[in-house]
Amino acid sequence: MPVIKTESLSHVYGAGGPFESVALDNVNIEIPQGAFVGIIGHTGSGKSTFVQHLNGLLAPTSGRVLLDGEDINADKKRRHDTRFKVGLVFQYPEYQLFEETVARDIAFGPRNMKLSKDEVSARVREAAFFCGVSEDLFERSPLELSGGQKRRVAIAGVIAMRPDILVLDEPTAGLDPAGCAGILKNISDYRAATGATVVLVSHSMEDVARIAERLIVFDEGRVVMDGSPAEVFSHTAQLRAIGLDIPAAADVAEKLRALGVPVPDGCYTVEQLRDAVLALRKEGGTC
Amino acid sequence: MLKDVTLGQYFPGTSFIHRLDPRTKLIATFVYIAALFVAKWYVSYAVVLALLIVCITVSGIKPSAFFRGLKPILFIIIFTAVINLFATKGGTVLWNWWKLTITSAGAQLAFLMVARIMLLITGTFLLTYTTTPMALTDGLELLLEPIKKLGAPVHEFSMMMSIALRFIPTLIEEADKIASAQKARGADFETGSLTERAKALLPLLVPLFVSAFRRADELAVAMEARCYHGGEGRTRMKKLTMCPADWATLIGSGVFLAGIIVLARYGL
Repeated sequence: MPVIKTESLSHVYGAGGPFESVALDNVNIEIPQGAFVGIIGHTGSGKSTFVQHLNGLLAPTSGRVLLDGEDINADKKRRHDTRFKVGLVFQYPEYQLFEETVARDIAFGPRNMKLSKDEVSARVREAAFFCGVSEDLFERSPLELSGGQKRRVAIAGVIAMRPDILVLDEPTAGLDPAGCAGILKNISDYRAATGATVVLVSHSMEDVARIAERLIVFDEGRVVMDGSPAEVFSHTAQLRAIGLDIPAAADVAEKLRALGVPVPDGCYTVEQLRDAVLALRKEGGTC
Repeated sequence: MLKDVTLGQYFPGTSFIHRLDPRTKLIATFVYIAALFVAKWYVSYAVVLALLIVCITVSGIKPSAFFRGLKPILFIIIFTAVINLFATKGGTVLWNWWKLTITSAGAQLAFLMVARIMLLITGTFLLTYTTTPMALTDGLELLLEPIKKLGAPVHEFSMMMSIALRFIPTLIEEADKIASAQKARGADFETGSLTERAKALLPLLVPLFVSAFRRADELAVAMEARCYHGGEGRTRMKKLTMCPADWATLIGSGVFLAGIIVLARYGL
C-alpha cells in the first residue's frame, strides 16, 4: 500500500475573487514507503502547493489526500496528528526560528507532541546530530547564527518530530555549493538511518539528479512526467519546452551524442558521465 | 486566517471611476463623508445610498466585495446599534423589560447610525478598491502641497505611507507563511484559553518582527544606495493630470453636498 496517495487532488487559490488561479489540477500520485521522490517544476508550477497538501496545511478544493489509506482531512484531530507524521520543511525555513536558544527551537515540535522532557531532549540531540548542528550551539540564540547554520537548525526542528515522511521544499535554495551538498547528505543520512520516505522539491536539476530515485515533474498544476531520473531526463525537449533545465552532465551527454560519440542513455550525473566516457576510451572509441 | 483583510485591496479595472485622478477621488470621498455627516433624515440617506449604488455599479466591482469588507467591523456596527437603541430617550416606548427600554426615537437613531457607518465604510472602500495605494499617496502628497510651504514634511510623510501600504500585503503573506511553518511543527493557533492562544502567537510574532526589521533595514540601504535624499527637487515618474471628467466629477460632488445641505435645512 502506498504511504501517501492523492486522488484527483485539485486546489484553486482565491476562488471567486479577482485573482482566482488554479494551482493544482487533478493530481494523482502514489508514493510507496521508503521512496525518495524528487519534485521538479518551474516557479508557479504548483509544486509548493502540492507539498502543503501532504500534511494538511492546505485543504484540497476537490479530491483527497490519503496517508496510510486514510483521508488526512477527515477531521481536525487527524489533520493535527498528520503534521507530526509528515514533517514539512518550508522554503527558507530559517525565517521561522523564534526561540531564545537553539535547543529550545529544535524542541518546539516535540514539545507540541506532548512528549516527556527526557524524550524531548533525546530527540533534540538526535535531530541536531542528523543535521550537523554541534551541541556547542545549543545555548546560543538561533538568530545570531550564520545562514547555513540557521537552515540546519530549522531542518532539525522538523526532523526532531521523527516524521515517517520528510518533505522538504527547496532546502538548498540560497546556500553555497558546500552548504547544499552538506544538507543533501544530511537528508540521505536521515533516510538511511530511519527508513523514512523523503519528498524533495527543487528546481535544481543537479540536486535531484544526484539523490532522488524517482522524479515527478509539475507544469501548470499538472503532473506531466513521473519516472526514474534516467527516464525523465531522456525527455530533453519536453523538459526544455516547459522551461526546465536538464543537469549539466545530461546536457553534455546529449551534445556528445550529437557529435557521434555513443554515450549510453541514463547519464545524468557527472560521475555517471565520467564513467561512461572512460569506458568508451578503454574500448578505443572516438574520445 | 489572515485572508479576510481587505484593507487597501485594489481591484484592477478600467471603469470611469478607476480612471479618475486620485486627487479627484480623494476630494470626492471627503465631500461624500461630509455629506454623510450633514445628512439628517431618511430622504438624505436615501440620496446618499442612491449615489453610492450608482458609483458601485459604474466601478464594475462585485457588491459582494463590499459586504466582505464590512465583516471585520460587524462588532462596531452591532455595538453602535445596541448603545443607541437603549441609551436614547424620547418618543413612544416600544418595549420595556427591567431597566432596559427601547423608545421609537432610539430605534430610529440606531437605524440611522448603523446606516451612516455602513455607508461611510462602503464609500471609502470604493476609493481604495479603485485606486492603487501608490496613486493614492501621490494624490495625497499633491493635495497637501500647500502645507509643505509651512515646513511640514509632506513628502516624507507620504513616502512613509506608501512604504507602509506597500508592505501590508508582504507582511500578511509573510505572517501566513510563518504560521504555516509553525503549524507544520504542530503549533496550534486556534484552540485553548485566551492566555494560551496569546502565548501560541509568540512563534508567529517573533519571526515576523525579525523579518520586518530586516526588510526595513534592507529597504533603507537600497534607497540610500540609489541616492534617495527626501523630497527636495524630486521629480515624478507619473505626472498626475486633471481631465475634464475630473472637473465634472468635482462639480458634481459640490452640487451633491449642496443638495444634502439643503435637504438637511428642511429636516429631511
